[in-house]
Amino acid sequence: MKNVIVLGTACCGNCENTIKLIAGAAKDMGVDIRIEKVENLQDIMAYGIMSMPGVVIDGKVVHAGSMPSREKINGWLNT
Amino acid sequence: MTTLAAGMSRRAPWGGVLLAGALWIAAYANLTLFADSVLALAALSRETHLGEAVHFFLYDTPKVLLLLTGIVFIMGIVHTFISPQRTRAMLSGRRLGVGNVFAATLGIVTPFCSCSAVPLFVGFLSAGVPLGVTFSFLISAPMVNEVALALLFGMFGWKVAALYLVLGLSVAIVSGLIIGRLGMERYLEDWVRAMHNSNPIDLALERPSWASRIDAGVVYVKDIVGKVWPYVFIGIALGAGIHGYVPEDFMASIMGREAWWSVPIAVLIGVPMYSSAAGLIPVVEALIGKGAALGTVLAFMMSVIALSLPEMIILRKVLKLPLIATFAGVVAAGIVIVGYVFNAVL
Repeated sequence: MKNVIVLGTACCGNCENTIKLIAGAAKDMGVDIRIEKVENLQDIMAYGIMSMPGVVIDGKVVHAGSMPSREKINGWLNT
Repeated sequence: MTTLAAGMSRRAPWGGVLLAGALWIAAYANLTLFADSVLALAALSRETHLGEAVHFFLYDTPKVLLLLTGIVFIMGIVHTFISPQRTRAMLSGRRLGVGNVFAATLGIVTPFCSCSAVPLFVGFLSAGVPLGVTFSFLISAPMVNEVALALLFGMFGWKVAALYLVLGLSVAIVSGLIIGRLGMERYLEDWVRAMHNSNPIDLALERPSWASRIDAGVVYVKDIVGKVWPYVFIGIALGAGIHGYVPEDFMASIMGREAWWSVPIAVLIGVPMYSSAAGLIPVVEALIGKGAALGTVLAFMMSVIALSLPEMIILRKVLKLPLIATFAGVVAAGIVIVGYVFNAVL
Protein backbone atom coordinates (compact mmCIF):
# COMPACT_ATOMS: atom_id res chain seq x y z
CA MET A 1 0.00 0.00 0.00
CA LYS A 2 1.43 3.35 -1.08
CA ASN A 3 0.47 6.68 0.38
CA VAL A 4 0.13 9.32 -2.31
CA ILE A 5 -0.43 12.98 -1.50
CA VAL A 6 -1.14 15.54 -4.21
CA LEU A 7 -0.40 19.12 -3.19
CA GLY A 8 -2.32 21.91 -4.86
CA THR A 9 -4.65 24.80 -4.17
CA ALA A 10 -8.06 25.03 -5.75
CA CYS A 11 -7.08 27.54 -8.43
CA CYS A 12 -4.82 25.11 -10.21
CA GLY A 13 -6.59 22.97 -12.82
CA ASN A 14 -3.77 20.49 -13.25
CA CYS A 15 -4.11 19.18 -9.70
CA GLU A 16 -7.35 17.29 -10.35
CA ASN A 17 -5.89 15.82 -13.53
CA THR A 18 -2.78 14.70 -11.66
CA ILE A 19 -4.93 12.80 -9.16
CA LYS A 20 -6.91 11.16 -11.96
CA LEU A 21 -3.72 10.23 -13.78
CA ILE A 22 -2.12 8.61 -10.73
CA ALA A 23 -5.33 6.80 -9.76
CA GLY A 24 -5.68 5.51 -13.32
CA ALA A 25 -2.09 4.32 -13.46
CA ALA A 26 -2.40 2.53 -10.10
CA LYS A 27 -5.57 0.79 -11.27
CA ASP A 28 -3.94 -0.33 -14.55
CA MET A 29 -0.91 -1.65 -12.74
CA GLY A 30 -2.86 -3.25 -9.92
CA VAL A 31 -0.98 -1.28 -7.28
CA ASP A 32 -2.81 -0.57 -4.04
CA ILE A 33 -2.63 3.15 -3.20
CA ARG A 34 -4.34 5.72 -1.03
CA ILE A 35 -4.58 9.21 -2.56
CA GLU A 36 -5.02 12.29 -0.47
CA LYS A 37 -5.24 15.90 -1.60
CA VAL A 38 -3.81 18.77 0.41
CA GLU A 39 -5.24 22.19 -0.46
CA ASN A 40 -4.27 24.31 2.52
CA LEU A 41 -1.51 26.67 1.45
CA GLN A 42 0.24 26.57 4.79
CA ASP A 43 0.35 22.76 4.78
CA ILE A 44 1.56 22.73 1.17
CA MET A 45 4.36 25.13 1.95
CA ALA A 46 5.47 22.90 4.82
CA TYR A 47 6.55 20.38 2.17
CA GLY A 48 8.93 22.98 0.78
CA ILE A 49 7.61 23.01 -2.80
CA MET A 50 7.08 26.24 -4.72
CA SER A 51 5.13 25.22 -7.76
CA MET A 52 2.07 23.10 -8.06
CA PRO A 53 0.91 20.41 -8.37
CA GLY A 54 3.31 18.61 -6.08
CA VAL A 55 3.36 14.84 -5.55
CA VAL A 56 4.42 13.14 -2.32
CA ILE A 57 4.88 9.36 -2.23
CA ASP A 58 5.23 7.71 1.17
CA GLY A 59 6.28 10.99 2.74
CA LYS A 60 8.84 11.93 0.10
CA VAL A 61 8.34 14.82 -2.35
CA VAL A 62 9.00 13.35 -5.80
CA HIS A 63 7.60 15.96 -8.15
CA ALA A 64 6.54 19.59 -8.38
CA GLY A 65 5.42 22.15 -10.92
CA SER A 66 3.70 20.25 -13.68
CA MET A 67 1.48 17.34 -14.49
CA PRO A 68 3.74 14.29 -14.18
CA SER A 69 4.14 12.08 -17.23
CA ARG A 70 2.69 8.58 -17.24
CA GLU A 71 6.21 7.12 -17.38
CA LYS A 72 7.19 9.01 -14.25
CA ILE A 73 4.10 7.84 -12.39
CA ASN A 74 4.75 4.23 -13.42
CA GLY A 75 8.26 4.61 -12.07
CA TRP A 76 7.02 5.81 -8.66
CA LEU A 77 4.42 3.06 -8.35
CA ASN A 78 6.82 0.35 -9.46
CA THR A 79 9.45 0.88 -6.80
CA MET B 1 10.39 0.13 -16.22
CA THR B 2 11.30 -0.76 -19.80
CA THR B 3 9.18 2.07 -21.17
CA LEU B 4 10.91 4.44 -18.79
CA ALA B 5 14.37 3.35 -19.96
CA ALA B 6 13.29 3.64 -23.59
CA GLY B 7 11.95 7.11 -22.91
CA MET B 8 15.24 8.21 -21.35
CA SER B 9 17.51 6.99 -24.12
CA ARG B 10 15.33 8.33 -26.92
CA ARG B 11 17.38 10.42 -29.30
CA ALA B 12 16.61 14.11 -29.55
CA PRO B 13 14.73 14.91 -32.78
CA TRP B 14 17.31 17.44 -34.00
CA GLY B 15 16.40 16.78 -37.64
CA GLY B 16 12.82 17.76 -36.96
CA VAL B 17 13.90 20.92 -35.13
CA LEU B 18 16.19 21.94 -38.01
CA LEU B 19 13.48 21.30 -40.58
CA ALA B 20 10.92 23.25 -38.57
CA GLY B 21 13.44 26.07 -38.17
CA ALA B 22 14.10 26.21 -41.91
CA LEU B 23 10.38 26.21 -42.67
CA TRP B 24 9.88 28.96 -40.10
CA ILE B 25 12.53 31.18 -41.71
CA ALA B 26 11.17 30.51 -45.19
CA ALA B 27 7.65 31.39 -44.07
CA TYR B 28 8.79 34.52 -42.24
CA ALA B 29 10.76 35.72 -45.27
CA ASN B 30 7.74 35.36 -47.54
CA LEU B 31 5.05 37.08 -45.50
CA THR B 32 4.55 39.94 -47.97
CA LEU B 33 4.57 37.56 -50.92
CA PHE B 34 1.86 35.49 -49.23
CA ALA B 35 -0.36 38.48 -48.48
CA ASP B 36 0.13 39.89 -52.02
CA SER B 37 -0.65 36.55 -53.66
CA VAL B 38 -3.83 35.90 -51.69
CA LEU B 39 -4.95 39.45 -52.38
CA ALA B 40 -4.31 38.96 -56.11
CA LEU B 41 -6.20 35.65 -56.05
CA ALA B 42 -9.16 37.36 -54.43
CA ALA B 43 -8.94 40.06 -57.12
CA LEU B 44 -8.61 42.83 -54.55
CA SER B 45 -6.43 45.88 -54.86
CA ARG B 46 -4.53 47.57 -52.04
CA GLU B 47 -5.79 50.85 -53.47
CA THR B 48 -9.24 50.17 -51.99
CA HIS B 49 -10.12 50.35 -48.28
CA LEU B 50 -11.22 46.70 -48.27
CA GLY B 51 -8.06 45.56 -50.07
CA GLU B 52 -5.82 47.44 -47.65
CA ALA B 53 -7.67 45.99 -44.63
CA VAL B 54 -7.47 42.43 -46.00
CA HIS B 55 -3.78 42.84 -46.83
CA PHE B 56 -3.05 44.11 -43.30
CA PHE B 57 -4.84 41.06 -41.86
CA LEU B 58 -3.13 38.57 -44.19
CA TYR B 59 0.30 39.99 -43.44
CA ASP B 60 0.04 40.58 -39.69
CA THR B 61 -1.74 37.42 -38.56
CA PRO B 62 0.83 34.88 -39.85
CA LYS B 63 3.64 37.19 -38.75
CA VAL B 64 2.45 37.45 -35.16
CA LEU B 65 1.64 33.73 -34.98
CA LEU B 66 5.07 32.79 -36.38
CA LEU B 67 6.89 35.02 -33.91
CA LEU B 68 4.78 33.72 -31.06
CA THR B 69 5.43 30.09 -32.01
CA GLY B 70 9.18 30.64 -32.35
CA ILE B 71 9.63 32.55 -29.11
CA VAL B 72 7.33 30.30 -27.09
CA PHE B 73 9.15 27.18 -28.36
CA ILE B 74 12.51 28.57 -27.30
CA MET B 75 11.14 29.65 -23.92
CA GLY B 76 9.63 26.19 -23.41
CA ILE B 77 13.14 24.78 -23.75
CA VAL B 78 14.67 27.51 -21.55
CA HIS B 79 12.13 26.64 -18.84
CA THR B 80 13.57 23.11 -18.61
CA PHE B 81 16.88 24.62 -17.48
CA ILE B 82 15.39 26.89 -14.81
CA SER B 83 13.04 25.59 -12.14
CA PRO B 84 11.69 27.81 -9.36
CA GLN B 85 13.95 25.82 -7.01
CA ARG B 86 17.03 26.81 -8.99
CA THR B 87 15.96 30.43 -9.16
CA ARG B 88 15.49 30.45 -5.42
CA ALA B 89 18.93 28.95 -4.86
CA MET B 90 20.43 31.64 -7.09
CA LEU B 91 18.66 34.41 -5.17
CA SER B 92 19.05 33.32 -1.58
CA GLY B 93 21.48 35.47 0.33
CA ARG B 94 21.55 38.17 -2.36
CA ARG B 95 21.60 41.72 -1.10
CA LEU B 96 19.28 44.51 -2.15
CA GLY B 97 20.54 46.13 -5.31
CA VAL B 98 22.28 43.44 -7.32
CA GLY B 99 19.74 40.96 -5.97
CA ASN B 100 16.86 43.01 -7.39
CA VAL B 101 18.41 43.18 -10.84
CA PHE B 102 19.03 39.44 -10.72
CA ALA B 103 15.52 38.66 -9.48
CA ALA B 104 13.77 40.79 -12.09
CA THR B 105 15.83 39.20 -14.87
CA LEU B 106 15.19 35.67 -13.61
CA GLY B 107 11.50 36.59 -13.51
CA ILE B 108 11.46 36.67 -17.30
CA VAL B 109 12.84 33.16 -17.79
CA THR B 110 11.47 31.26 -14.79
CA PRO B 111 8.32 29.28 -15.55
CA PHE B 112 5.50 31.11 -13.83
CA CYS B 113 1.74 30.90 -13.57
CA SER B 114 -0.29 33.34 -11.55
CA CYS B 115 -1.64 30.63 -9.23
CA SER B 116 1.88 29.76 -8.12
CA ALA B 117 2.72 33.36 -7.19
CA VAL B 118 2.06 32.87 -3.49
CA PRO B 119 3.94 29.56 -3.05
CA LEU B 120 6.89 31.14 -4.87
CA PHE B 121 6.70 34.19 -2.65
CA VAL B 122 6.72 32.15 0.56
CA GLY B 123 9.31 29.72 -0.79
CA PHE B 124 11.70 32.56 -1.62
CA LEU B 125 11.31 34.27 1.74
CA SER B 126 11.74 31.04 3.67
CA ALA B 127 15.04 30.41 1.87
CA GLY B 128 16.36 33.77 2.98
CA VAL B 129 15.69 35.81 -0.15
CA PRO B 130 15.14 39.41 1.07
CA LEU B 131 11.60 40.82 0.84
CA GLY B 132 12.52 43.53 -1.68
CA VAL B 133 14.32 41.04 -3.94
CA THR B 134 11.34 38.67 -3.77
CA PHE B 135 9.06 41.50 -4.86
CA SER B 136 11.27 42.32 -7.83
CA PHE B 137 10.78 38.74 -8.99
CA LEU B 138 7.06 38.77 -8.30
CA ILE B 139 6.54 41.96 -10.30
CA SER B 140 8.64 41.07 -13.34
CA ALA B 141 7.54 37.42 -13.69
CA PRO B 142 3.98 38.06 -14.87
CA MET B 143 4.53 41.47 -16.47
CA VAL B 144 7.61 40.87 -18.62
CA ASN B 145 6.80 37.54 -20.21
CA GLU B 146 7.56 35.97 -23.56
CA VAL B 147 3.98 36.13 -24.82
CA ALA B 148 3.70 39.87 -24.22
CA LEU B 149 7.11 40.47 -25.80
CA ALA B 150 6.39 38.27 -28.83
CA LEU B 151 3.08 39.99 -29.44
CA LEU B 152 4.51 43.49 -29.11
CA PHE B 153 7.38 42.54 -31.41
CA GLY B 154 4.95 41.16 -33.99
CA MET B 155 2.53 44.06 -33.90
CA PHE B 156 4.66 47.13 -33.19
CA GLY B 157 8.22 46.10 -34.01
CA TRP B 158 11.31 45.25 -32.01
CA LYS B 159 11.84 48.75 -30.64
CA VAL B 160 8.54 48.72 -28.78
CA ALA B 161 9.21 45.19 -27.50
CA ALA B 162 12.70 46.16 -26.33
CA LEU B 163 11.41 49.29 -24.62
CA TYR B 164 8.69 47.26 -22.89
CA LEU B 165 11.34 44.79 -21.73
CA VAL B 166 13.70 47.43 -20.38
CA LEU B 167 11.05 49.59 -18.74
CA GLY B 168 9.18 46.58 -17.32
CA LEU B 169 12.42 45.37 -15.76
CA SER B 170 13.08 48.85 -14.39
CA VAL B 171 9.67 48.99 -12.72
CA ALA B 172 10.31 45.57 -11.13
CA ILE B 173 13.82 46.48 -9.95
CA VAL B 174 12.99 49.93 -8.58
CA SER B 175 9.71 48.85 -6.94
CA GLY B 176 11.51 45.96 -5.22
CA LEU B 177 14.27 48.30 -4.07
CA ILE B 178 11.77 50.74 -2.58
CA ILE B 179 9.78 48.01 -0.83
CA GLY B 180 13.04 46.57 0.50
CA ARG B 181 14.20 49.94 1.81
CA LEU B 182 10.91 50.53 3.59
CA GLY B 183 11.61 47.51 5.82
CA MET B 184 8.08 46.17 5.79
CA GLU B 185 8.83 42.64 7.02
CA ARG B 186 6.48 43.14 9.96
CA TYR B 187 3.57 43.27 7.53
CA LEU B 188 4.05 39.64 6.53
CA GLU B 189 1.47 37.26 7.99
CA ASP B 190 2.80 35.59 11.13
CA TRP B 191 2.92 32.06 9.70
CA VAL B 192 5.01 33.28 6.79
CA ARG B 193 7.50 34.86 9.15
CA ALA B 194 7.60 31.69 11.22
CA MET B 195 8.46 29.78 8.07
CA HIS B 196 11.41 32.08 7.61
CA ASN B 197 13.45 29.94 9.93
CA SER B 198 12.46 26.52 8.73
CA ASN B 199 14.65 24.87 6.16
CA PRO B 200 12.76 23.95 3.03
CA ILE B 201 13.60 20.59 1.53
CA ASP B 202 15.07 20.88 -1.88
CA LEU B 203 13.64 18.71 -4.55
CA ALA B 204 16.45 17.09 -6.46
CA LEU B 205 15.13 17.00 -9.99
CA GLU B 206 16.78 14.82 -12.56
CA ARG B 207 18.44 16.49 -15.53
CA PRO B 208 16.10 16.10 -18.48
CA SER B 209 17.45 14.77 -21.78
CA TRP B 210 17.46 16.99 -24.87
CA ALA B 211 14.64 14.87 -26.29
CA SER B 212 12.43 15.78 -23.35
CA ARG B 213 13.53 19.43 -23.46
CA ILE B 214 12.39 19.64 -27.07
CA ASP B 215 9.17 17.86 -26.10
CA ALA B 216 8.66 20.52 -23.45
CA GLY B 217 9.07 23.24 -26.09
CA VAL B 218 6.46 21.59 -28.31
CA VAL B 219 4.05 21.13 -25.40
CA TYR B 220 4.48 24.78 -24.44
CA VAL B 221 3.77 25.91 -28.02
CA LYS B 222 0.61 23.77 -28.14
CA ASP B 223 -0.49 25.10 -24.79
CA ILE B 224 0.20 28.81 -25.32
CA VAL B 225 -0.42 29.23 -29.05
CA GLY B 226 -3.48 26.97 -28.68
CA LYS B 227 -4.90 29.43 -26.16
CA VAL B 228 -3.76 32.67 -27.72
CA TRP B 229 -4.51 32.35 -31.46
CA PRO B 230 -8.19 33.38 -31.27
CA TYR B 231 -7.17 36.65 -29.59
CA VAL B 232 -4.56 37.25 -32.26
CA PHE B 233 -7.17 36.71 -34.99
CA ILE B 234 -9.76 38.94 -33.33
CA GLY B 235 -7.20 41.58 -32.44
CA ILE B 236 -5.72 41.84 -35.89
CA ALA B 237 -9.11 41.65 -37.62
CA LEU B 238 -10.18 44.56 -35.43
CA GLY B 239 -6.96 46.39 -36.20
CA ALA B 240 -7.44 45.71 -39.93
CA GLY B 241 -10.99 47.04 -39.86
CA ILE B 242 -9.86 50.21 -38.15
CA HIS B 243 -6.82 50.44 -40.41
CA GLY B 244 -9.01 50.64 -43.46
CA TYR B 245 -11.96 52.65 -42.23
CA VAL B 246 -12.20 54.53 -38.95
CA PRO B 247 -10.51 57.94 -38.95
CA GLU B 248 -7.12 57.60 -37.27
CA ASP B 249 -7.48 60.41 -34.74
CA PHE B 250 -10.76 59.11 -33.32
CA MET B 251 -9.25 58.46 -29.86
CA ALA B 252 -6.46 61.00 -30.11
CA SER B 253 -8.19 63.71 -28.09
CA ILE B 254 -8.88 61.42 -25.11
CA MET B 255 -5.91 59.06 -25.15
CA GLY B 256 -3.46 60.89 -27.37
CA ARG B 257 -0.06 62.20 -26.45
CA GLU B 258 -1.35 65.67 -25.59
CA ALA B 259 -3.78 64.37 -23.00
CA TRP B 260 -1.27 64.05 -20.15
CA TRP B 261 -3.85 62.92 -17.62
CA SER B 262 -4.76 59.90 -19.70
CA VAL B 263 -1.75 57.87 -18.45
CA PRO B 264 -2.66 57.85 -14.73
CA ILE B 265 -6.32 57.29 -15.57
CA ALA B 266 -5.46 54.34 -17.84
CA VAL B 267 -3.37 52.81 -15.03
CA LEU B 268 -6.08 53.44 -12.45
CA ILE B 269 -8.61 51.64 -14.64
CA GLY B 270 -6.16 48.84 -15.37
CA VAL B 271 -5.06 48.04 -11.81
CA PRO B 272 -8.15 46.15 -10.56
CA MET B 273 -8.69 44.41 -13.92
CA TYR B 274 -7.18 41.09 -14.78
CA SER B 275 -6.42 39.63 -18.17
CA SER B 276 -3.52 37.86 -19.82
CA ALA B 277 -1.40 39.72 -22.37
CA ALA B 278 -3.17 37.83 -25.15
CA GLY B 279 -6.66 38.83 -24.03
CA LEU B 280 -5.65 42.48 -24.26
CA ILE B 281 -4.46 42.43 -27.87
CA PRO B 282 -7.84 43.26 -29.40
CA VAL B 283 -8.16 46.22 -27.03
CA VAL B 284 -4.61 47.40 -27.64
CA GLU B 285 -4.99 47.12 -31.43
CA ALA B 286 -8.30 48.96 -31.38
CA LEU B 287 -7.05 51.80 -29.17
CA ILE B 288 -3.83 52.33 -31.09
CA GLY B 289 -5.59 52.08 -34.42
CA LYS B 290 -7.82 54.93 -33.33
CA GLY B 291 -4.98 57.23 -32.41
CA ALA B 292 -4.38 56.52 -28.73
CA ALA B 293 -0.77 57.11 -27.70
CA LEU B 294 1.33 53.94 -27.47
CA GLY B 295 2.70 54.76 -24.00
CA THR B 296 -0.79 55.27 -22.58
CA VAL B 297 -1.98 51.97 -24.04
CA LEU B 298 1.11 50.05 -22.88
CA ALA B 299 0.81 51.51 -19.37
CA PHE B 300 -2.78 50.27 -19.36
CA MET B 301 -1.60 46.85 -20.55
CA MET B 302 1.15 46.65 -17.91
CA SER B 303 -1.19 47.60 -15.08
CA VAL B 304 -3.77 45.00 -16.13
CA ILE B 305 -1.15 42.23 -16.28
CA ALA B 306 0.98 43.20 -13.27
CA LEU B 307 -1.68 44.17 -10.75
CA SER B 308 -5.15 42.78 -10.30
CA LEU B 309 -7.81 42.49 -7.63
CA PRO B 310 -7.84 38.64 -7.67
CA GLU B 311 -4.06 38.60 -7.19
CA MET B 312 -4.24 40.97 -4.24
CA ILE B 313 -6.94 38.83 -2.63
CA ILE B 314 -4.61 35.80 -2.91
CA LEU B 315 -1.68 37.84 -1.59
CA ARG B 316 -3.78 38.78 1.43
CA LYS B 317 -3.11 35.22 2.67
CA VAL B 318 0.55 36.08 3.15
CA LEU B 319 0.69 39.89 3.36
CA LYS B 320 -1.04 42.36 5.61
CA LEU B 321 -2.92 45.26 4.06
CA PRO B 322 -0.28 48.02 4.42
CA LEU B 323 2.20 45.92 2.46
CA ILE B 324 -0.32 45.09 -0.27
CA ALA B 325 -1.23 48.78 -0.54
CA THR B 326 2.44 49.77 -0.74
CA PHE B 327 3.11 47.12 -3.37
CA ALA B 328 0.18 48.25 -5.51
CA GLY B 329 0.99 51.94 -5.04
CA VAL B 330 4.69 51.66 -5.87
CA VAL B 331 4.13 49.47 -8.94
CA ALA B 332 1.26 51.64 -10.24
CA ALA B 333 3.40 54.78 -9.85
CA GLY B 334 6.24 53.06 -11.73
CA ILE B 335 3.93 52.11 -14.57
CA VAL B 336 2.63 55.68 -14.86
CA ILE B 337 6.21 56.90 -15.26
CA VAL B 338 6.83 54.21 -17.88
CA GLY B 339 3.77 55.42 -19.76
CA TYR B 340 5.14 58.96 -19.90
CA VAL B 341 8.58 57.73 -20.97
CA PHE B 342 7.03 55.70 -23.80
CA ASN B 343 4.99 58.66 -24.97
CA ALA B 344 8.05 60.90 -24.88
CA VAL B 345 10.38 58.49 -26.69
CA LEU B 346 8.12 57.05 -29.39
